[in-house]
Amino acid sequence: MRLSSKELLTNTLHRSDSELTAALKAGDQEAFTELVERFSPTVYNLALRLMGFPQAAEDVLQETFLSAFRAIDRFEGRSQLGTWLYRIAYNAALMQLRKRELPTSSIDAPMVNEEGDETPRQLVDWGPRPDQLALAGELRALLHAAVATLSKTLQAVFVLRDIEGLSTAETADVLGLTETNVKVRLHRARLALREQLTPYFAAAVAPAQARSGDLASQQEAVRALQEPVGRVVGIR
Amino acid sequence: MHCKNLLAALSEYVDGDLTPALCSAIERHMAECANCRIVVDTLRKTVSLYRVYGHEDVPADAKDRLYAVLHLERRSRT
Repeated sequence: MRLSSKELLTNTLHRSDSELTAALKAGDQEAFTELVERFSPTVYNLALRLMGFPQAAEDVLQETFLSAFRAIDRFEGRSQLGTWLYRIAYNAALMQLRKRELPTSSIDAPMVNEEGDETPRQLVDWGPRPDQLALAGELRALLHAAVATLSKTLQAVFVLRDIEGLSTAETADVLGLTETNVKVRLHRARLALREQLTPYFAAAVAPAQARSGDLASQQEAVRALQEPVGRVVGIR
Repeated sequence: MHCKNLLAALSEYVDGDLTPALCSAIERHMAECANCRIVVDTLRKTVSLYRVYGHEDVPADAKDRLYAVLHLERRSRT
């Protein structure tokens, strides 16, 4: 659905960044609509993961386009229009989060940040199609909850690269990181998410295997889940 | 190649960003290491799940409110 709406926009509305910028500066109403239609999906998704819930994401969405609207005369086209907007959104979200932060916010502390051990703990296979094992809504909630355990920079890198499909260079530009840093953080985020999702999908696979009579695989899966962390890992 | 080398290069391998030589080194290692096969496979599934199900559409009412706010701003400028 996302692709088709993007394709639709490409076919019907798409102007180059410089054409769109010129139209925006001239106060062209359609250009503002095009700006919103083209860039609000990624702005919203970035805001949603960083802020954690839809209402706060909507506030960031509005703030981003209002700021862009007010600052468009000063936009010089040194970066892409999208990059510029996503940077505004990222900064707006961080600002909101700082305001929200309370002195005793330890429960909000990320489980996964840029430091620490990356050794895989979960070495249980998932079965062929994890997406068929859960209702779409349940799956989305699970994916969202897993991202919420990451630090803000890991979240931002992961959303822009893997959910919204920006390139490494674009992501680096939005977040003010080097490309190497983007790659390192993306890798760390993916490994952490894999760890978070494995117990869910391994647990979902086990009953299906039991039904098909593959008791040995099921017992193996259950045993692996019960192993103390670290002992399952056979890293050489 | 050892598990730790594979782990470090894993994202680039999954993204197809590695040289053919490194790819085949990783594949040779995977052929004999069940744990790494699982990690590669489940990492690939993780990325693919988020690519398919990770994106949330902007709710229609949120989009309506955004346009309302922008139109107000526009009127106040003119």
